[in-house]
Amino acid sequence: MLRFILNRLGQSVVLMLIVTMITFFLINLAPGGPTGAMRMEASPEERQAIIERLGLDQPVIVRYGQWLGDALQGDLGTSFNSSEPVIKRIFDRLPYTIELTVFTVIFSVTIGIIIGVISAIKRGRAQDHFINFSSVIGLSVPSFWLGLMFILLFSVELKWLPASGVGPRGEAFDLVTYLKHIIMPVIILSMTILPNIVRFTRSSMLEVISQNYIRTIRAKGAKEFIVLYIHALRNALIPVITVIGVLIPRLLSGAVITETIFGWTGIGSLIIEAANSRDYPLVMGITVVITLVVVLSNLVVDLVYSKVDPRVKNLA
Amino acid sequence: METPANIETAPEVEPVQQRKVTFWTSLHRNKIAMLAFWFLIVLHVIVFIGPLVWSYTPTEMTTTGPLANWSWAHPFGTDDLGRDVFARMLHGGRITLLVGLAAMLFSLLIGTIIGACAGFFGKVVESILMRVTEAMMAIPNFFFVLVALTVLGTSPMMVIIVIACSGWMEVARVVYGETLKWKEYEFVEAANAAGAKPLRILIKYIIPQVLPSIIVSGTLMIAWAILTESAISYLGLGIQPPTPTWGNMLQNAQQYLWTAPVLGILPGAAITLIVLAYNFLGDGLRDALDPKFVKK
Repeated sequence: MLRFILNRLGQSVVLMLIVTMITFFLINLAPGGPTGAMRMEASPEERQAIIERLGLDQPVIVRYGQWLGDALQGDLGTSFNSSEPVIKRIFDRLPYTIELTVFTVIFSVTIGIIIGVISAIKRGRAQDHFINFSSVIGLSVPSFWLGLMFILLFSVELKWLPASGVGPRGEAFDLVTYLKHIIMPVIILSMTILPNIVRFTRSSMLEVISQNYIRTIRAKGAKEFIVLYIHALRNALIPVITVIGVLIPRLLSGAVITETIFGWTGIGSLIIEAANSRDYPLVMGITVVITLVVVLSNLVVDLVYSKVDPRVKNLA
Repeated sequence: METPANIETAPEVEPVQQRKVTFWTSLHRNKIAMLAFWFLIVLHVIVFIGPLVWSYTPTEMTTTGPLANWSWAHPFGTDDLGRDVFARMLHGGRITLLVGLAAMLFSLLIGTIIGACAGFFGKVVESILMRVTEAMMAIPNFFFVLVALTVLGTSPMMVIIVIACSGWMEVARVVYGETLKWKEYEFVEAANAAGAKPLRILIKYIIPQVLPSIIVSGTLMIAWAILTESAISYLGLGIQPPTPTWGNMLQNAQQYLWTAPVLGILPGAAITLIVLAYNFLGDGLRDALDPKFVKK
């Protein structure tokens, strides 16, 4: 087990290095480079001074080394626009993204598994066809457009829900208002991963139902409900753990779009603000944090999976 | 004793010709896929011929004024700057579809080369190429596109290249798996024995067998590329106005949802329909090419 963990941990570290390297080189080797975007009105002398102060006259590989050294100590540089540390700006906004994504995962896993199981049990019947058809539609609708349509329906026409914002926080917190603000973002963000969870649960469930031990339980006269929900579903859910790991990057990409539509002040909308204002250290910092989240969640999923299904360890 | 055993276990080779026939009949039987196919044909004709016929250009400010309702002169009304929305839909569609198509072709090219080389040559080539592929798959590709476009600029050509570079991995994996399978067949061995060079075997004998899978991946890839381009353009980091695309037309639409909801409805509905059609066609093609399906 220890060897498996070390092996996976090593892979994660290498992956982090590759991603940070690609991002760093991309940003630093671009025409204009990081100085190009800073203060257009700067004179050549001033620009030279900035270059020397930031050490931009050094070779890019040396700068990457310095950046990496700082990053390992929790220093991701200073934001161009607000002159605050990048890490502070990220941590100010991160809780909102965590809130949104955690609610979304809980919502879509619960609903996704229920729909997936229904689809598998009713295989080949109208319900199954309807669910399959809806899944393809769900995968095809751009979430930013669906978000706009939700705003059009629930905020503009029906006036039930607020069109944007995170709602009052702190002292003025109020559960009803809070739920009104978060419900549309959660549903829209769910649409990015729900169809995959449904499809995956369906095929996993179908595979389990066709196995011999299920036939044995049925032959013993167990009630259909117990066969399906106690014996089949437990085994069918094991592979679903992995699909959640695979869907984390999709979820975070979806968060960028969802947060932008609904004015949700998480790091998803922060990276768009940073990109639009060419705040490179901030863009770099957010990319690093997001990759770290993806790598760590994949690691956790692998470990949980190897715990639940010991065969996996031997494959690694 | 080795030879007879080999003959018994050797997989049945399905000649390309025979597969073609069963493929077309089973595709024709799939009504949704055929509907999607004809819908796509009609839509492409409208989008590519339409701008030549329609009198307004997408950037000209008409005399009708901003946010006008529909009329015979402007079937979809006018936008916030008084431009004809129908003309913008036609031109925007043209760019959206071209970007999707080009990004798909480019990423198929990268994916096929990498996958085929890894599968065919094996050994060091295989482990390097497939490790790179795995590393790329682990990078959240939407963020890769976002960062790359922020830094490299947002010309349509750059958008195509960046989207293609972030999406070839799935194709590489499919082609890799297929190449591994096909290179074990006797006809490849025969070509090898006849003295054909590796590159010739790869291009002449293996790629044609892998082609069906590449076509399926390509169809699904266009859907993905269109969605990515639209999302990026909606966020303001893709193709820039005044050049219209269905994605960037939605960028301003949010402000006008209260006054002119049609500006928000149309481009998104168009994206949804086209992505849906490509997904259905891709699924249909995959079912038609699935050997389990063909045997029936």
